[in-house]
Amino acid sequence: MGLGAYLVLAALVFAIGLFGVLTRRNAVGILLGIELMLNAVNINLVAFARFAGNPAGVVFALFTIAVTVAEVAVGLAIVIVIFRVRRTVEADHLDLLRG
Amino acid sequence: MTLETVAFGAVAAVLVAASLAVVLTPNLFHAVLWLAAALVATGGIFLLLRAPFLFGVQLLLYAGGVVTIVVFAIMLTERLVGESLRQTSRYVVNGALVAAAVFVGVVGFLVQAPAPAAPAPAPADLTVVLGRALVGPWAVVLELLAVLLVISLLGALYFARTED
Repeated sequence: MGLGAYLVLAALVFAIGLFGVLTRRNAVGILLGIELMLNAVNINLVAFARFAGNPAGVVFALFTIAVTVAEVAVGLAIVIVIFRVRRTVEADHLDLLRG
Repeated sequence: MTLETVAFGAVAAVLVAASLAVVLTPNLFHAVLWLAAALVATGGIFLLLRAPFLFGVQLLLYAGGVVTIVVFAIMLTERLVGESLRQTSRYVVNGALVAAAVFVGVVGFLVQAPAPAAPAPAPADLTVVLGRALVGPWAVVLELLAVLLVISLLGALYFARTED
């Protein structure tokens, strides 16, 4: 398979994840969309590493995965705190900072 | 070559279908399970790209760790309310338009860009190369990442602690 096939696949998954982020009401659902988008980026990094013959892309994918795990842990902790305070995780209801 | 093409098509189909299910299924719990399927399919893509170590990391951290955390978060935030896990989406048409525009834009850029015809010759064992790179030129970044992980997990623990 050529490099283009992997890049198109990653772009498709990224667009699907973006659709999820834009349309989900639940904060956890929005986080799932972000996961999909980061995953698509990882596909791009590894594909470029393979086709350029440079392992730096794989190293970056490894770092991205670790950072994503940290992001999910903090994000879900915030969701749990929001739920404790506001009794909801609907993103539309969380407008305390609206000007 | 043909076998690789068939494998890529199958894994890509599973990945796209699972991704669509993640954003479209009304049941949030099912969405997480579909996300696990999509992450495993991504691991399959990594295998096709000759990165077996990344496949293992993907299974352990993503499909194992992240999915477990999300399931716990859903159980903590949804079951206490007593509502069902069903959720609705909003702005579906607008969201689809924006996502399609981004996809078309990226693909339009890709068809113009020159692409390498064939993959570079793969090293005999990418895991060895990866290990040398992690403790060689990327050692400082690796240590920073370890610090970041500790800080973020401590922060998550602090946020989610019980008030007593």
